Amino acid sequence: MQGYLAEYLPILIFIAIAAGLSLVMIVASMLTARQRPDSEKLSPYECGFEPFEDARGRFDVRYYLVAILFIIFDLEVAFLFPWAISLGTIGVFGFWSMMFFLFVLTIGFLYEWKKGALEWD
Amino acid sequence: MGEPLLDAVLSILIIVGQILLIVVPLLLAVAYLTYAERKVIGAMQLRQGPMTVGPFGLLQPLADGAKLFLKETVIPATSNKVVFILAPMITFTLAMIGWAVIPMGAGLVISDINVGVLYLLAVSSLGVYGIIMAGWASNSRYAFLGALRSSAQMISYEISIGLIIVSVLICAGSLNLSTIVEAQRGLWYFIPHFPMFMLFLASILAETNRHPFDLPEDEATLVTGYNVEYSSMAFALFFLGEYANMILMSAIASILFLGGWLPPFDIAPLNWVPGPIWFILKICLVLFVFIWARATLPRYRYDQLMRLGWKVFLPLSLVWVVLTSGFLVAFDLLPN
Repeated sequence: MQGYLAEYLPILIFIAIAAGLSLVMIVASMLTARQRPDSEKLSPYECGFEPFEDARGRFDVRYYLVAILFIIFDLEVAFLFPWAISLGTIGVFGFWSMMFFLFVLTIGFLYEWKKGALEWD
Repeated sequence: MGEPLLDAVLSILIIVGQILLIVVPLLLAVAYLTYAERKVIGAMQLRQGPMTVGPFGLLQPLADGAKLFLKETVIPATSNKVVFILAPMITFTLAMIGWAVIPMGAGLVISDINVGVLYLLAVSSLGVYGIIMAGWASNSRYAFLGALRSSAQMISYEISIGLIIVSVLICAGSLNLSTIVEAQRGLWYFIPHFPMFMLFLASILAETNRHPFDLPEDEATLVTGYNVEYSSMAFALFFLGEYANMILMSAIASILFLGGWLPPFDIAPLNWVPGPIWFILKICLVLFVFIWARATLPRYRYDQLMRLGWKVFLPLSLVWVVLTSGFLVAFDLLPN
C-alpha cells in the first residue's frame, strides 16, 4: 500500500460506505413501512388517464445534438486540463499550439451555430 | 495474526472513522439546509416558515425524514425494477463521494490526490446517470421528459464549468485542491476572475437543477420530472442527493474562488479562527445565494436555458481561458 495509489484507497472505502448507507436506508424503510401495493398504485402516473402506450417513445433529435456537442467540448476541456497546469513548462510554443487547436474548434462551433444546431424553439 | 495485517486493519479503521466524520455532519447539514431554505424563503416572503415542530421548528427536518422513512416504497408495475431502485442509490452515492477530496483545512482531507479537480469533475458528470436511469426505468411520460431535459441541461453547463475551472487552473498551476487554495494566499481568485465567478455561480445553479434553472422539476409542466414515480426513502435519496450536491458545489466554488480555508486577511484576530470555520462560513455564503435565487428569480424557459448555456456561457468562458493564459504568458507570470 505504498505510493501513489494508496491515496485512492480512502476513495474506494468512501464509495463502499456511501453505497452501503443508501442500500441500508432503502431496505430498512421497505422493511419498516407497511407495503400494500395495488394495481392502481403501481400504474405509472399520468394525470388521471390510463397510460395509452409505452412512455419510451420518440423524442426530439436536438437532445442527441446536444449530447454530441457535449462529447466534443468535454474532450476539449479534458485536453485543456493538463495544458493549463503545465503552461509554465511548455512556454510560448505550447501556448500557440493550444490556441491553434481552440481556433479550429471555434470554427466548428461557429458552423454549428450558423447551421442552427443550438436553436430550441 | 502478523503485525503488518494488524497495521492494515488499523489504518482502514482510521479511514472509516474519518469518512464517518465527514458523512454524518454532511447528512445533518443537508437536513438543516432544507430547514434553512424554508426559513430564509419564509423570511423573504414575510412568512414564518416551519415553526411548529420543536422550538422555532428546529425538529422539522427530522419529522420530514421520519415521515418519508415510514411511507410505502411504490415500485411501478411497468418499471425496470432493479434500475429503478439503483438510480436513487447512485445519485446519493455520487453526491457523497465527492467529499473524499475536499480539503476542510490545511491537510484536513481524506484523500489528497493530485488530480482532485479532475475527480470532482468526473463525479459531477456521473451524476447524470442517476437521473437518466430514474427517468428511463420509471416508464412514465413525465419522468422520461424530465430526465431528458435534466441530462441535456447538466451536460450543457458541465462544459462551461470545465472551462471556468481551466482559467483557475492556469493561475494555480495544479490540479490538487489544497495547492489551489494555498495559491490564493494574498489574492482570492474571485477578484481577478470576477466574471468567471459569476458564471460559475450561475452554472452550478443549472448543474444542480436549482432555481431559476429547475426545469427538470417544473411542477407546472412536468409535475416533478424524473422523480415523479418515486416515494418513500427512494425519493428521499434523490432529495438528499440534490441538497448534498448543492453543498458540494458550494464547497467547490469556495475552494476555487473564495480561498477555501484561508481567512480574508492574514492579520491577528482573523487568522486565530481555525481554517474549517472559514471554509464552512464561505460554503454557507454560497448556499445563501442558492436560496436567494430560488426566492427571487422566476423560472427560465427551456430554449432560454440552452441558449444561455451554449451561446453565452460557453463563448465567454472560452474567451476568458484565452485571455487569462495569454496575459500570463505575455507577462511571464505563470506558476512553476
